[in-house]
Amino acid sequence: MIDAVWRIESPRLIAGLARIVRDIGLAEDLAQDALVAALESWPRSGVPDNPGAWLMATARHRGIDVLRRGATLERKQEELARDLETALGHSEPDVDAMIDDDIGDDLLRLVFMCCHPVLSTDARIALTLRLLGGLTTEEIARAFLAPEKTVAQRIVRAKRTLAEAQVPFEVPTADERAERLQSVLEVTYLVFNEGYSATAGDHWTRPALCEDALRLGRVLAGLVPDEPEVHGLVALMEIQASRLRARVGPDGEPVLLLDQDRGRWDHVLTQRGLHALARAEELGGTLGTYALQAAIAACHARAPTAQDTNWERIAALYDALSQLAPSPVVELNRAVALSMAFGPEAGLELVDELVDEPALRSYHLLPSVRGDLLFKLGRVDEARREFERAAGMTRNERERALLLERAAGCG
Amino acid sequence: MRFMVLVPGDEDSEAGVMPSEELLTEMTAYNEQLASAGVMLAGEGLHPTSKGARVRFSGKEKTVVDGPFAESKEIIAGYWLIQTKSLDEVIEWVKRAPFDGGTEIEIRQVFEADDFGDELTPELREREDKIRAETEARRG
Repeated sequence: MIDAVWRIESPRLIAGLARIVRDIGLAEDLAQDALVAALESWPRSGVPDNPGAWLMATARHRGIDVLRRGATLERKQEELARDLETALGHSEPDVDAMIDDDIGDDLLRLVFMCCHPVLSTDARIALTLRLLGGLTTEEIARAFLAPEKTVAQRIVRAKRTLAEAQVPFEVPTADERAERLQSVLEVTYLVFNEGYSATAGDHWTRPALCEDALRLGRVLAGLVPDEPEVHGLVALMEIQASRLRARVGPDGEPVLLLDQDRGRWDHVLTQRGLHALARAEELGGTLGTYALQAAIAACHARAPTAQDTNWERIAALYDALSQLAPSPVVELNRAVALSMAFGPEAGLELVDELVDEPALRSYHLLPSVRGDLLFKLGRVDEARREFERAAGMTRNERERALLLERAAGCG
Repeated sequence: MRFMVLVPGDEDSEAGVMPSEELLTEMTAYNEQLASAGVMLAGEGLHPTSKGARVRFSGKEKTVVDGPFAESKEIIAGYWLIQTKSLDEVIEWVKRAPFDGGTEIEIRQVFEADDFGDELTPELREREDKIRAETEARRG
């Protein structure tokens, strides 16, 4: 029960406290203390009608204690303690109303802080999942197959970095907002992708991480409803997540998109994704990188069978994507779309241009795609070598097995 | 995990009486909370049973019974589809809903396709696939 309350209340609680104490580490400690107090008190007195307000009031009281107890009371702490008391001096309903009004803004400030550029990507991810996703350190460690100690240290260091860099608890100004929002979206999508195609370990997917990322994305869409790319990202994640359960066969082996049983796609998520995409398009976000990827995913989602896929449109969307955000990985995908729309030779031509691309040197999907196209062209010996090369490059056990199977199938 | 949260009907909902403005405001605020926390996948209210029907199966007989239905205890007036990490978490959410007067809200975990195991044979899956694909296509 307490875990559940924490997951529901902690982001709001930490965000509300961070605005007052101006330190997310302290805010989190205070929130946790309040939760411990709840653990002691609620079994005796019953769960309060508004657990969130109870936790906030308790945390604020403790905040004053902590700041006052400091042996060398700095002027700043004294001021903060006074701020807290002023806040508490209001009649409670007023304070609650005040906090509720600001909570969206506070959460948004917390989001931007957790994804601040002074932090490494790993730190951004860990901090975001911890403070905004309400995940325990243990849960994060398990999700990323990292030792709990490593994740705990990463979070501690991240908070210290933010404090040392004196990162203000505020929404970025207009001139840096786009870039900062991009970092938030990127962190969310990295979490999603880590779940969607687990890069290591013997599981192909870790759906819990996808759910966490989706939840974050939906929260973001509520916080910045006018940003088309947020809806684009949500659309992309909803549609991709709709295929999660179809991506794994009965024995845990990966099932690729075109071989998937489309009846197992999750149509609630598909519809949510298509709605989010429509929202992005209404807001003029047709050409954002996430909206474009979502539009590609939507082409698959709308096709009743793999044969019905509109590959010409997908190829055109990849073309737009490669102009907006040129990358060898996008090119590789464009090659696949071209081969589906206009035959394997059209795809192979582009793939061959990518063979010497340094960024793809250790990217197993390059030989994997090349192998597939060669196979379709009947060049089975070359195809086998490519599949074997790809198998030697992937870190995912399930994927390796699939690739070796394909190599064995090359006569 | 997904849960279906079922709201029972009562005399008012059956009579087509709309909730008070106060309740509607509270319910809207509650729905906003669910949505802004990213846990609500879907949620709808249902018309009174007078606008519905039941189909009873017995051997080859299919008997259609038009609404309204007498046994109001079994009537559902609305639902939410909620995604959380645990049953506890959805319970916590439901506890915050603006109900009163002895209303009992039922929470049920939704089966995932994998929960059916071998009962859902590949052939059945394929047929389900076709049906869903067609509905999907019509929805565009």
